[in-house]
Amino acid sequence: MPIMSIEDFSFTYASAQARSLNTINLPIMKNSITALIGPSGCGKSTLLRSLNRIHDLYPGNEYEGKLMLLNEGTGEMENILDIKKENEFISLRQRVGMIFQKPTPFPMSIFDNVAYGLRIAGIKNKTELADRVEIALKGSALFGEVSDRLNKSAMGLSGGQQQRLCIARAVALKPELLLFDEPTSALDPISTAAIEELIVELKKDVSIAIVTHNMQQASRISDYTAFMYLGDLIEYDETEKIFLNPKEKRTEDYITGRFG
Amino acid sequence: MRLTINKIVLLLSTISALIGLAFLGWILVTLIAKGLTSFHLSLFFKDLIDGGLRNLIIGQFIIAGIASLIGIPIGMLAGIYLQEYGRGKYVRFIRDLSDIMMSAPSIVIGAFVYAIVVAPFGGTSGFAGSIALAIMMIPIVINTTDNMLSLVPRELREAGIALGASKYRVILDIIIKAAKVGIMTGLLLSFARIIGETAPLLFTSETSNYFSLDLTEAFPSLTVSIYNLANDPVQSSRDLAWAASFILTVMVLMINLIGRYITRHKG
Repeated sequence: MPIMSIEDFSFTYASAQARSLNTINLPIMKNSITALIGPSGCGKSTLLRSLNRIHDLYPGNEYEGKLMLLNEGTGEMENILDIKKENEFISLRQRVGMIFQKPTPFPMSIFDNVAYGLRIAGIKNKTELADRVEIALKGSALFGEVSDRLNKSAMGLSGGQQQRLCIARAVALKPELLLFDEPTSALDPISTAAIEELIVELKKDVSIAIVTHNMQQASRISDYTAFMYLGDLIEYDETEKIFLNPKEKRTEDYITGRFG
Repeated sequence: MRLTINKIVLLLSTISALIGLAFLGWILVTLIAKGLTSFHLSLFFKDLIDGGLRNLIIGQFIIAGIASLIGIPIGMLAGIYLQEYGRGKYVRFIRDLSDIMMSAPSIVIGAFVYAIVVAPFGGTSGFAGSIALAIMMIPIVINTTDNMLSLVPRELREAGIALGASKYRVILDIIIKAAKVGIMTGLLLSFARIIGETAPLLFTSETSNYFSLDLTEAFPSLTVSIYNLANDPVQSSRDLAWAASFILTVMVLMINLIGRYITRHKG
């Protein structure tokens, strides 16, 4: 079952003449990992950044088509492109979290970093905050390393720890969908392995879409893979089929390293 | 041939640097020599009317302090607007305007405040002096805030938004915190810049020989008094001007050093 269904979706940047994404149709399956792969400039990050409408931070961008998100309460699919009000955006971003390429710890304590989104969501009760911060840190395999210095600045953590902190920060809000935008490209191999393991672990509770330049990563962790090229979705299938038996010539050329 | 040119350029630039440094050293040596001979701790405990500098130092800090209370919020908010909210040509226009304001001759700012505050409200006042200094300070604070906020990575803003925070919360909770050290340093340096000013105060706050906290009257100012004392025919007054210059220089130097210390150790 898809948690999100991308339907005839196109996107144009404010400063651009032409569309950056061209009538994309793609499901993001529930409790699975969907990898978006393709050469630089293919639009995979643009697509990912549409799914929580972070593009709205910059004026003048244009969305067309539908981005249907499953409302788990009612079982209905709702178009997130209809969202206009501030409080609807807040709730969208609580439901659809995002992890960036570079770790983005806030200049505050480890605890406050994880509690940030919870406080924004209106949770004030101290015990509840402490509980949810701890659960999120444990769920992100970071609690053991930081439990004795929760009140220390997050800036003192290593890059890999910072990235896991950012995951904890997003996980704390109990999102339904998590978007990872090349989350390991700034990390060393050991931290990368830890993050990959964590992402696989997370799919029990949350659906995941991940943009990656690293094809081994896509084949290692994802259940479904979408190959994009120049703003078009070329091929989407189960990861195994994409990597072992792609239908499209361009997909095959890309995954065998003939271009990209 | 190239080697010769190389040597000539090196020689010329070294000489230029030495000339610059020599003048700076000369100023400091004169200041210390002349200032220290007339310096005495009692200067801090007596007002000018009794031959001390107490009222002038306090007055200078009050004028500059109130100027900061006016200038810092306006400048910071404007800087936040430029970096976080403003878009397009409009922003460039304001930036250019602010840069031009930064190089406006300070005597012109003094004359302007004379025309809009002193003349209509019947006389010089500490408050008019503060307004003049605030006008000097605003473009510096705008520039600092604008620059320091521009150093905060875009991803940090997006990360805040992605957690459901609204734009103003992200700016207040995250962006300003991330730029805090740079902004603090900038504010200190802008304070150091205005506390040593004379021209904007010359016909706005003037100065006073007495201790005063009444901002609606002519207000004691160290810099304006230095100007007056230096022109005094009496030798002891001129000696006092040297002592006052020395104290002023040390004050400005200290504020600058604190600013630099913060950047180096907290940045």
